[in-house]
Amino acid sequence: MPIDPSPRPEDGHFDIAVIGAGVVGCAVARAFAREGARVAVIERGPDILSGASRANSAILHTGFDAPADSLELELVKEGRAEYLAIRDGLNLPLVETGALVCAWSVAEAARLEDIAAAAHANGIDDVRLLAAEEVRRRLPGLGPGLCGAVEVPGENVIDPWSAPLGYLGEAIGLGARLFRDCEVIAGEFGAGPGGFWELRTSRGRLHAAAVVNAAGLYGDRVDACLGLPCSFTIRPRKGQFVVLDKAARRHVPTILLPVPTEITKGVVVCPTAFGNVLVGPTAEEQEDRTRASVERTILQGLLDHAARIVPALAEMPVTAVYAGLRPATEAKQYRVACHAGQGAITLGGIRSTGLSAALGLARHAVRLHARFGGGFVAPAAVAPPRMPNLCEDRPRPWQGAHHGGIVCHCELVTRGEIEAALAGPVPPGDFAGLRRRTRAGMGRCQGFHCNATLAAMTRGRFATPLAVGPTDAETIAEDAP
Amino acid sequence: MSGRDADLLVIGGGPAGVGAAIEARRRGLGRVVILEREETLGGATRHCAHSPFGMREFGRPYFGGAYGRRLAAAAAAAGVELRTGTTVTGLGTEGAVEIASEAGTGTLSAERVLLATGARESSRAARLLTGDRPVGILTTGALQAYHAFHGLLPFRRPVIVGSALVSHSALLTCLTSGVRPVAMVEPAAEPLARWPIPLFPRLARVPLLPGTEIVDIVGAGRVRAVRLGDRKGRTWMLDCDGVLLTGEFVPEAALLLTSGRRLAPGGTGPRIDQWGQLDAPWLFAAGNLLRPVETGGWAYREGRAVGAALAADRVSRTLQTAAVEVTFEAPVKLVVPNLIRPGAPPPGSGFGQFQLRFSRPVRGRLALFVDGRESWSQAGHWRPERRILVPMPAAIDRAGAIGFRFEEAT
Repeated sequence: MPIDPSPRPEDGHFDIAVIGAGVVGCAVARAFAREGARVAVIERGPDILSGASRANSAILHTGFDAPADSLELELVKEGRAEYLAIRDGLNLPLVETGALVCAWSVAEAARLEDIAAAAHANGIDDVRLLAAEEVRRRLPGLGPGLCGAVEVPGENVIDPWSAPLGYLGEAIGLGARLFRDCEVIAGEFGAGPGGFWELRTSRGRLHAAAVVNAAGLYGDRVDACLGLPCSFTIRPRKGQFVVLDKAARRHVPTILLPVPTEITKGVVVCPTAFGNVLVGPTAEEQEDRTRASVERTILQGLLDHAARIVPALAEMPVTAVYAGLRPATEAKQYRVACHAGQGAITLGGIRSTGLSAALGLARHAVRLHARFGGGFVAPAAVAPPRMPNLCEDRPRPWQGAHHGGIVCHCELVTRGEIEAALAGPVPPGDFAGLRRRTRAGMGRCQGFHCNATLAAMTRGRFATPLAVGPTDAETIAEDAP
Repeated sequence: MSGRDADLLVIGGGPAGVGAAIEARRRGLGRVVILEREETLGGATRHCAHSPFGMREFGRPYFGGAYGRRLAAAAAAAGVELRTGTTVTGLGTEGAVEIASEAGTGTLSAERVLLATGARESSRAARLLTGDRPVGILTTGALQAYHAFHGLLPFRRPVIVGSALVSHSALLTCLTSGVRPVAMVEPAAEPLARWPIPLFPRLARVPLLPGTEIVDIVGAGRVRAVRLGDRKGRTWMLDCDGVLLTGEFVPEAALLLTSGRRLAPGGTGPRIDQWGQLDAPWLFAAGNLLRPVETGGWAYREGRAVGAALAADRVSRTLQTAAVEVTFEAPVKLVVPNLIRPGAPPPGSGFGQFQLRFSRPVRGRLALFVDGRESWSQAGHWRPERRILVPMPAAIDRAGAIGFRFEEAT
């Protein structure tokens, strides 16, 4: 049972069809909707953020370590600036943790000066070198062997799911349409004046003047099925993460980055907006674009790593584990292409800075689209949606009254919050989507206590329901609430 | 009460918390308040529709929610105040606790606070299980909540992981609610529950596979299959629509951890002494928070014993003397109490014996050494499930070194 209506002929022509409702697609939808475009967002998954955007390290980057003079650097900085500008309106958090790039060997320490110099060249002026003693004075809980660090005050932590939900919510408030469980099968562009795309999807046809390919892990395939010149191949890179108990948070006040290698930025130990500590990601090349499985030995390795960086973490229980796939390609840089003759823009290969750069990528897409000719009529101003706060260091509904009671005790999620998410403008299409919107079931017991209540509250809502049906027993315990 | 909200705040309204509250009232404490986050008392017993509770404490069996109602009646009769729907969100200092409920947040303070938050089964995440993360991976407690509170099923053909007593309880819940497990797998070489319980899966025609574990979970939306592996390195796929994780209980120790307290070695519970007292003269604990995991009846009696100890108006002088840590090594998993402080609780209160558990099936000789001298020993064959009780020697509170040693038979 798809959660959204299928595309219908009476939908008419859209100005923009955004393919993929990851963080980039959501930001693109918002940007074009704010321009006045009629936007359709097409998502193959049961919910938005079902692909690469499902799993990341939730850091709002500065671009201090981005390649010099790259589009990525420009768009990370532009995206970050816009996030900071709009976050109050959307009620999105910013946890000002800052980051330390920690050198754990003399060889690594020798590279810190270059890292600081590169950051300064990238325009991140407040980055500075710290001697090991200074770092130890600030963070006495760090493990042995620290040889120095680079401080990056602007690297901060955000809520990686409320932000894109807010972007898409704003677009929908401006009339954008969302089609989930809807896969683009083929597309054809009718050239000439007034040319438009006919997109054949798993749920019917849809017409749009232009398409933006923000399909993430399927970016190359979407380009191919649209008949666009395909300039890259996605090579999924898996990242596994461990989330530690909230008791760990006091030991990790700041983002702890390693000195990066050529291949990867390495494993980060960092606070989350929700009050936990995150350890990850790994960087594992694989062919499969759908399976992002966790592996015991790798997870144990992450735990061992965290305990070396901050020894107190060795005693912290594991709250959650997860894995995600980054849409890496054969090259490091973003694979952005503008096919002006065909009314198409490809935003591909957005590897690991998508959360930070999304709003910048969206502005960039609008700029590229201007080359197609024709403009939009700016819509009447609509107040952006105020996102429910899930961040630990800001007030949450459980701290108030008349919230319907606490359903998830670990994350202190109220019945009122869950009902609001289910009734919201973009209701969750699956259980993972509900978790992203509310944190219910995300805590230390992982649903031991609340999973059954959530199953009852979400009956008939999800394509993959929590409950497969009623019990066959004739009698139910008499105290059922 | 000196301006405080209560003489005793009990956090958790399961058997241990209610037992402690009733006993504290009986021993003269004025205002005793139970804070329970659910709407009804009973704790984990509310989930268990088919296990009898209450024979020893109330003289007849109660099932599921009925036992919780019996606890509530007993507490009310003893003059204990109940505050359900109230979550304790933080442990402060000097007897203060932070609470949240439908009415909002607040702080309560008491002369003494007793933690009786119980235990839960380890999640899939905490077990670091390999595989996808689809819908349909649950613990026994969650399955029982589906069944008992909502009349729902989370799966129809799960694989059950574990062979402890609780695993067979999970199997019974499955069979009585229309779920047909496809197998029970147990990593250990033999079933953990004592004979004749492991005959039950065979009677129910559910294959019990010792020496087998899940090496991969496959499924995009819902669990589709698991890959099993045996001790010879062979693996094979088994179709199923869920994974039911049983046992591997861990203490519900969030309040301890978030208040910066360290758990006992092995992360098995709080560091407590023979009164059930933690690191402050106002803070006590009882029940399955101490050690995974005992029966409801055991937890109730333990709650009463700690309730009696804390009501015996201890003075904090013992805290000024360093506690002696009770030492042990693997394969001993835990010892309760794990600290000994000077003084002795009045007869019938606190802990008069040590409780031990092993982390795996063992055969050998277990001995208690006090100040270097063996004061107790026993040879035997123990399973992780089985409780071991060791009497505390007289004057143990004056010992300088207390430890358990285990010699494994070869």
